[in-house]
Formats: sequence, structure tokens, C-alpha cells
Amino acid sequence: MNLLKDILVIDFSQFLSGPSAALRLADMGAQVIKIEKPVTGDICRQLYVSDVMIEGESTIFHAINRNKQSYTADLKDADDLAKVKQLLAKADVMMHNFRPGVMERIGLDYETVKSINPGIVYAEVSGYGTEGPWKDLPGQDLLLQAASGLTWLSNNNNESPTPMGVAVVDIMAGTHIAQGILAALYKKGINGEGALIQVSMFESILDFQFEVLTCYYNDGNQLPVRSAINSGHAYVAAPYGIYRTKDNYIALAMTNIILLAELLQCEPLKHFIDSNDWFDKRDEIKEMLARHLIKDTAGHWLTILEKADIWCAPVLDYDELVKEEGYRILNMEITVKTSNGLSVKTTRCPIRVDGRILTSAKGAPVLGEDNEAIEKRFGLAKELQPVIKS
Amino acid sequence: MMELPLQGIVVLEFSQYLSGPSAGLRLADLGARVIKIERPKVGDAGRKLAIKNLWVDDSSLLFNTINRNKESFTANLKDDHDRELVKKLITKADVLIHNFRPGVMQKTGLDYDSVKAINPRLIYAEISGYGKEGPWKSKPGQDLLLQSMTGLAYTTGNGSNGPVPFGIAIADILSGAQLVQGIIAALIRRQKKGVGALIEISLMESLMDFQFELLTTYYTNDQQPERSNSNNGHPLLGAPYGVYQTSDGYIALAMMDIPALANAISCKKLEGFSNEQAFARRDEIKAILAEHLPSQTTGYWLDHLQGGGLWAMEVFDWEQMMNHDAYKALQMEQPLTVAGKEIITTRCPIRINGERLYSEKPAPKLGEHNEKVVRELVSGE
Repeated sequence: MNLLKDILVIDFSQFLSGPSAALRLADMGAQVIKIEKPVTGDICRQLYVSDVMIEGESTIFHAINRNKQSYTADLKDADDLAKVKQLLAKADVMMHNFRPGVMERIGLDYETVKSINPGIVYAEVSGYGTEGPWKDLPGQDLLLQAASGLTWLSNNNNESPTPMGVAVVDIMAGTHIAQGILAALYKKGINGEGALIQVSMFESILDFQFEVLTCYYNDGNQLPVRSAINSGHAYVAAPYGIYRTKDNYIALAMTNIILLAELLQCEPLKHFIDSNDWFDKRDEIKEMLARHLIKDTAGHWLTILEKADIWCAPVLDYDELVKEEGYRILNMEITVKTSNGLSVKTTRCPIRVDGRILTSAKGAPVLGEDNEAIEKRFGLAKELQPVIKS
Repeated sequence: MMELPLQGIVVLEFSQYLSGPSAGLRLADLGARVIKIERPKVGDAGRKLAIKNLWVDDSSLLFNTINRNKESFTANLKDDHDRELVKKLITKADVLIHNFRPGVMQKTGLDYDSVKAINPRLIYAEISGYGKEGPWKSKPGQDLLLQSMTGLAYTTGNGSNGPVPFGIAIADILSGAQLVQGIIAALIRRQKKGVGALIEISLMESLMDFQFELLTTYYTNDQQPERSNSNNGHPLLGAPYGVYQTSDGYIALAMMDIPALANAISCKKLEGFSNEQAFARRDEIKAILAEHLPSQTTGYWLDHLQGGGLWAMEVFDWEQMMNHDAYKALQMEQPLTVAGKEIITTRCPIRINGERLYSEKPAPKLGEHNEKVVRELVSGE
């Protein structure tokens, strides 16, 4: 069941991009050891959100770092560095998301680590790559959304550029680095060779926009125009978007406008017989729809549309979502326990293997809680001993 | 050119539109041979789905974007002869991907149990909308609908807006990317244990995973995340996190020390605020900033903010971005020649051993590789 059994991952990364990748590897069976700075650790431990904290640490730290171990080491201290190198000699994967140059200064750049362990998969996430004028800028999610044009794709056209309200750049970059790591591990299984895997948040967020960017590259460089109202996707025709009804909101995806007009008994819509108009005149169509849908309830409209197999859905918030049977049946919630007895409810890995969900009860580690066990298990000694690769 | 990590892996893609095909594309870029199994005459419904009415030969530009670097094999799965041929292909394949609604593969006799009997080493990977059980299992797995049902539409835009969806197909793209993770991890297990695997994901589970920070915070404090009244960047984060108008454009401000911000932009009204108030009084702080920042240009503010090590960035559209050397340095563009025309798309975002991964192979014409696939994989030449 554990796909990645016996894989050892040494993770120096902080915040979300790298750690989210390590979390996925851990959930699929790898052993993940976070290498953290003594006293403070991963900066994410102190990144409180919504003024909510768990045992003095942020809720998001607990969500991102469950199912991992923590080993503290001062990488500027020769003894600590020596121990870390011994650990790296035994590792399958090493990950970091420091800015370019930091690992070189510490002495844990790819060439050095490769000389200790030629079979290692060395993975790094940067903000903007290792070259170019932005390489030293902070790789922060909102800033990457801003730099990559992404903020011009969501919300209505009269609104300011609108960032996506989830750290999509971090998460996509983490997803991509995990893909690269896994592919390299597969190849290592064939020829025993390691690899350097690199992902930048900038490239990841461009890849995320690959459909619409390709459109832009080939349509004579026309910038995207969001629809004036009920905007769902800058490149998709009416009715695509979210609409207010008498009580709640409903979402309408791609649909034949004439059919929709008939089902909803919306007279003015029936004139749009030319399907090219569904894109070209989408603001007009959406406005008619919006005026019509407000007259009755979400339940009323959805009953009519679902029966006709039209792509529609209610718009739920978390309070509504968690009450739904369709949510509960997925068993997405798990409760993990930290070593000091604290229970934290969070979400599980979304991937199912052989029909089973992947769960782990292990909570996020207390800073440095595994130092002793790791030193003992891997026989880490202060002086750097000659490393012999088997 | 180096040998790509998944070289030698054969993937059969019974998928349409974006979620499954985006997974196939990534596997192809990492070295796998990906063969689309398509219905005769029509093929992947994505071939006829165009945005901005852009076409390359008789398939859309969109299809050509998602399906480059693949082969196409047509088979009518309701026809005995074709189905036998497909089963022979399955015995030679390493991975099968589909994104049909639950029950469809059973009807064609290509469900996991049947296929496992003919190839126990196969990695069988599937994407559904809402999982295979429960009241929503037969609902259409469409991106906007999933965004709407998972609470995601309440993370973006301001508190004064209605629900605002992401203007990119996040559920499709993320579930495809996560399926790739499961597939390769299963290939790694197969290397050691010799067994195949069933890998499943749903758009619904992908989007809940995507919101894991928000959901964990919600489970802990039992309160709906709230978007700020103005300049919302992330519902969980305090001021100034968001995008602000300046005299000549927009600027993004990430998390930062409030007194340092007040000092860097010489904002008197902000001087009384402390970091402890960044969340509790974020609407007030954001309103002050929104009033102050239009007085100067984006460039002026960036000098003062970035110079002081504060996390700020200009807000670009694609035109501005593409004119910048930072974009050019990535060499992200992938030219392809299709039907005598050159089109440009993006390459794989992952670098291996310092090399960018390019592939010049365009998307296949429907059934373009029928003969080749039979010759190489069925006849065993």
C-alpha cells in the first residue's frame, strides 16, 4: 500500500511550496525529515493566520507539516553541518526552497551533495529561476500572481486585478517539484543515478495558465477581457459564471443558450440563435440571465436544469459544504496527534491507492523532537567521517 | 538530449477535455509514450472545444495545447474487434488513464478488475468528479461547478463581491497534476514489488486538498473564512496582503511589518498600527493604504518597498510580463509546427539536470498513429 516505502527525504524547505511537496511524498509512504533552524525552525511555525493558533503555532503549519519528523541543525556550525551531510549520504531525496546562492554559501549545493551521494535526487524550488533580473526577489505567492498576469483573469472587468485567494503558485510549484522528484526516483530505480530537479514558481504559474497563454501567443497578443458581470472565465462564452437567485447563488457552466432560454422560460434569451453571439454578446446575455434568475430560488432553478442534464451547481460555503452527504462520504477529514498530545483536525491526501484512502495519524513535529532518534538511527557523529558509498 | 526519466513507459489515455489529458501531457514531457485512445470520427471532445474560435487544422488550438507530444489511436470500444485490439494494447501498456463518469468503463469491459486480469502490472488511473459513491457521483465533473460546490468561490474577490470563481480551470489542472504523482509513485512501487495499482482521484478531493490551509483553520475555529472588504488577497491573511491601485497601475503587497510599511511609504495615518492589529483591523488598514497609494507611481513605491526588503511587486498583464527580461530568461515558449503552421505554446515547467524540457512533437491528428501502434505494440515488430 505504501507506494514510497523506504524512501528517505531530507527537506530544508520552509513555508508552503517545498513543504507541500514533502507532505505529498510523506502521505505516499516516504519518511520525511525536516531540517530546521534551532530555536525558530520553519518560519511558517510563526505565520499566524486569522489570528488562530494551535499551541502557539499557526494552524497552517500543522496542516502542511503533519506526518513529518523534525531535526534541528545550525547549518553554519561545522559539527551540525557534518551530521547533516552524513544524513544526506543516506537519503534518496533532498529538497530546499532557499533563494539562489544560499545553499552554495552553506556548502550544500548540488555538486557538493552529489559528491557525497551520487544517487541523490536533489530538488529545489525557486521564485524566478536561477538567472534573470528577478532571481534574487522573494518567491512569494501573491507577488508571483501579480508578476505573471494571473490577476487579470478572475472577477468582473470593472474590478481591480484580482488575486486568487488560495496560495495557488506555491501549491502548483509544490505539485510540479513532487512530479519531478518522483520521475527521477523512478529512473534512479533503473540506473542508480540521481538527478537535479528544479522548478521555479514563475514557470509553474505560467504552466498553470498554459491554455490561455497559448491563446494569447497565437491570437495576435490580445489581452484577456473579463466579462462585465458574472465573470467565470475570460475566454468562455455565456452563461459561464455564478448568478444570484432569490435566495442563494448558482453556477452555470457551458450550455446551449437556446435550450437554457427554453428551460428557464426566459423570453429575451431566445433571440440569441447564432452561437457566435454567446461569446461576442456574453455581457448582454449574462445581464438578461441575471435579471431572470433573481426572480426565483436556487432550488427552483436547479431542479429544472438538473433534470435536463444542464451543467449547473449550487454555490456552497464551508458551513453548507460540510453538512452535505456528498462531502461526508469522501472522508476528507482526518485527525492527527502531535507528540505532546494535541489533536488537530485537517484534510487527508486526495489520492486513493488500490481503493483505499491514505491516512496518517501523525501530527506536525515539535521543533527538533526527533534529533535524538535520528542521530541514533543513522549513527550521526560530530566529526565528518570519510563517506563511503556502497 | 538526455534520456528522459519515464522513457520506455507506455501510457494509454482514454481521457477527454483537460483533467486526464493534462496528466498525459506531463507524463509525455517526462519521457513516456502517450497514446490517446479516441472514438473513430469524433475523437476527444476537446478537439471541437475552441476558445476565441481559434483553430489549427480541424482541431482547436486548445486541443493542440493540451495534447502535444502524444499519439492518437482510434478504436470503437463497442466493437468486438476494436476492443480486442485495445485489450492487446493494454497488455503492453504500463499506465491507463481515464476520466469517464463512474460506470462507463465497466460497460465497455475495461474496468480495473477486468483489465488487471490481463495485465496485473498495469497502473490504472482514473479521475472522477465527486468520487464513486454518494449522492453526487453522477453529477458532471466540470471545473466551475466543483469550484462552486467546494467553497472555493468564497476565497477570491472582496467581501462586497458575490462568490468569485478562479478564472482558470483549477480543479482540472490540479487533479491532473496529482494523478501524475500517484501514477509515478505506483510505478516506483512496481519497480520494487512487481505489482500494478489502482490510483483514483476526484476533482472534489483535489479542490479540498487545495484548500487544506483554509479548511484546517475552519475546522479549528469553526468560522467561515472572510474576505476583506477591499483589496482582498487571501481570506486568512492580515493587512496589507492584496493588490492596490497606484497613479499608473497596480502594486501587490504581501505580508510585511506594518510600522516598516508606514515608514517606507511615509503614510502618517498608518503610524499608529501595530503588527498585532494586522488581521483584526485589516479593513481599516487596507482602506488607508488604498487611499494613500494612488498618490505615486508603482515604480516609486517599489523603490521604497523593495529597497527596504519589503515584499512588493508590480502587477503585470501578459504584455508587460513578456516584455520583461525576467520572462525572457525563462525561455518558456515552445514552438510547434502543425499542418504547416507555426504555433507557440508553453513547455514543461520542470528542469532536469539543468536542462529545460522541450518537445517539438505536435498534437496528433485523429487516428494518425493507428498503423504504427499496431505494428509496434500489437504485431510486436
